[in-house]
Amino acid sequence: MAAPAEKQNTTEVRIAALDLPKGGWSDAARTEALTRLRVMGLPERRDEYWKFTRPDALTSVDVPTAAVLGTKEAPVFSEMDALRIVFNDGVFDAEASDDLAMAHVQISRLADSSSDIHWAAGLYGQLEANGQAPVARPLATLNTAFATDGVLIQVVGQAPKPISLVYNHLNKASEAILHHVIKLDPGAKLTVLEAGPAAARLNKVMEIDVADGAAFHHVRAQGSDHERCAATHIFARLGQESVFKSFTLTANGRLTRNECVIELTGDDAIAHVAGACVGDGDFHHDDTVFVTHDALRCESRQVFKKVLRNGAVGVFQGKILVKAGAQKTDGYQISQSLLLDDDSQFLAKPELEIYADDVVCSHGSTSGAIDEEALFYLRSRGVPAPTATNLLTLAFLAEAVEEIEDENLRAALVDQLEGWLERHRS
Amino acid sequence: MLNIKDLHVKLEEEDKQILKGVNLEVKAGKVHAIMGPNGSGKSTLSYVLSGRDGYEVTGGSAHLGEDDLLEMEPEERAAAGLFLAFQYPVEIPGVGNMTFLRTSVNAQRKARGEEEMSAADFLKEVRARAKDLKIDADMLKRPVNVGFSGGEKKRNEILQMAMLQPKMCILDETDSGLDVDAMKLVSEGVNALRDAGRGFLVITHYQRLLDHIKPDVVHIMADGRIVKTGGPELALEVENNGYADILSEVA
Repeated sequence: MAAPAEKQNTTEVRIAALDLPKGGWSDAARTEALTRLRVMGLPERRDEYWKFTRPDALTSVDVPTAAVLGTKEAPVFSEMDALRIVFNDGVFDAEASDDLAMAHVQISRLADSSSDIHWAAGLYGQLEANGQAPVARPLATLNTAFATDGVLIQVVGQAPKPISLVYNHLNKASEAILHHVIKLDPGAKLTVLEAGPAAARLNKVMEIDVADGAAFHHVRAQGSDHERCAATHIFARLGQESVFKSFTLTANGRLTRNECVIELTGDDAIAHVAGACVGDGDFHHDDTVFVTHDALRCESRQVFKKVLRNGAVGVFQGKILVKAGAQKTDGYQISQSLLLDDDSQFLAKPELEIYADDVVCSHGSTSGAIDEEALFYLRSRGVPAPTATNLLTLAFLAEAVEEIEDENLRAALVDQLEGWLERHRS
Repeated sequence: MLNIKDLHVKLEEEDKQILKGVNLEVKAGKVHAIMGPNGSGKSTLSYVLSGRDGYEVTGGSAHLGEDDLLEMEPEERAAAGLFLAFQYPVEIPGVGNMTFLRTSVNAQRKARGEEEMSAADFLKEVRARAKDLKIDADMLKRPVNVGFSGGEKKRNEILQMAMLQPKMCILDETDSGLDVDAMKLVSEGVNALRDAGRGFLVITHYQRLLDHIKPDVVHIMADGRIVKTGGPELALEVENNGYADILSEVA
């Protein structure tokens, strides 16, 4: 069904302002995506999945400007032994990046259309297209059509070290449209780190195909530029006995929409998605997660925690869909907010849709303030109120942060959170 | 050391007077016990002294040495040397017991303008103190009081007291929820801290605890006032005859 005329118009205006890159092997997928985008149209406030988040800043022709933070702190993960790939405002920085070579891993760039990358041609835009039903994700489709760069990673064994994607934001009116495709062959293992704000406005898609017995770990920190906007999508398909774990830390940012679409297609697969966000003032953060169980004995977890103050807004839309026949599914979902004042808001829409009869699925959502009893207990031991509040805030976030398996990565993100809390004392 | 004069306190939320003129002086080196029936205001006294919200002081004063307690934030009172062992120690999921102890010790030191304790010194100290209280490494690692038994929670209170080395310790019904062995362990922990420079105020319902922590002075509290003061024999009298005799005698 085509979108209403008004929606079609705004979509056409946006499309007209963009150049369709000549991608060689990806041309077919891009053209096909453009056709799909025209049919569904860009998101509007009236759309069911955009009720809590205004998409205007993400769809407008003009990029809303965002001041560059220009922090002197070393970026998160910079201490890690990793293969670094750097993008400045969405443009690949060859000088700052490591050689795109590592044992068991093949890395190419989307913008490098000279070679014909067969495996990527079969995936680019495919998982994104699969993830459009039953909920449309037009910003991801726009991305497939217009992405200017990204990395294409094929993993055939155990990657010796993580790949670290570093996104710098240098220009206050920049826009980045990045599209990564990651394919893990059976039994392969890879950790991908992402850090940084990327641009004044970022539209990013990551498609991940995790084959049987493969394991993918993903940890990202979205950068702390206050005014930036971002719409990101993860589309993951999981094979038998595969593992997918993704954690996102968001500190600051005027508008962030992180969508994660996971399809468990092989038996005994495990998918964990977690996020911690901290927002102060002009901050709107939206986690929209859709997990589909379509195989036996799969496990999925969604753990999202948000700390909000001074009118910050948090949104969680999380769904677990268990298809008929996906018996012995174990699904868990929790979304919680800690509201540090009366001005902040948390909007949650947890959904379960279950068509199998032998499953365990649970979901919970809470909003609360700092526990006064615990606060007094800490103060009675000599801990000043602001320090005690920060300690309790970190404790609240701990359940989400603990989803990160690697101890060093976990510590790096706790450092980030401590720094943020220290700078945002009431 | 602790000097309370004609202290009047009401609940903030409702018009209910709890303390109706408490006078009490605890000198350094002394152990005072407060006994009394339920609702006499014993726990309120401990909360007001430590600075908990929800109470309004309508008259009187409370000083720790030169410090006017009632003008201070809870953390300032702690740094000045006041310690309350809670009747119901609070569980804090997500905050490790060690982190909690170390943050507390160093926050107090910082407030007093002292050097923070090094990680190594702290660890050495906490291990030694924990061993005395039969607190194992696992309890130190776990989140504060989470999953602790009643006895473990009270031992953890005494561990905090031992690490913080306060001048004035208030023990609010520390014996509640303790079996005989745990009571012995807790009492030994308290007795080890008895010192010429330190005062204790032990709030309890029962004489039992006072067999282990021998008081110098015993007060009976009823209806928001201290109605009788005596030596250790007063506690025995309560144990044998209940409060009824004493209360009718002072009425």
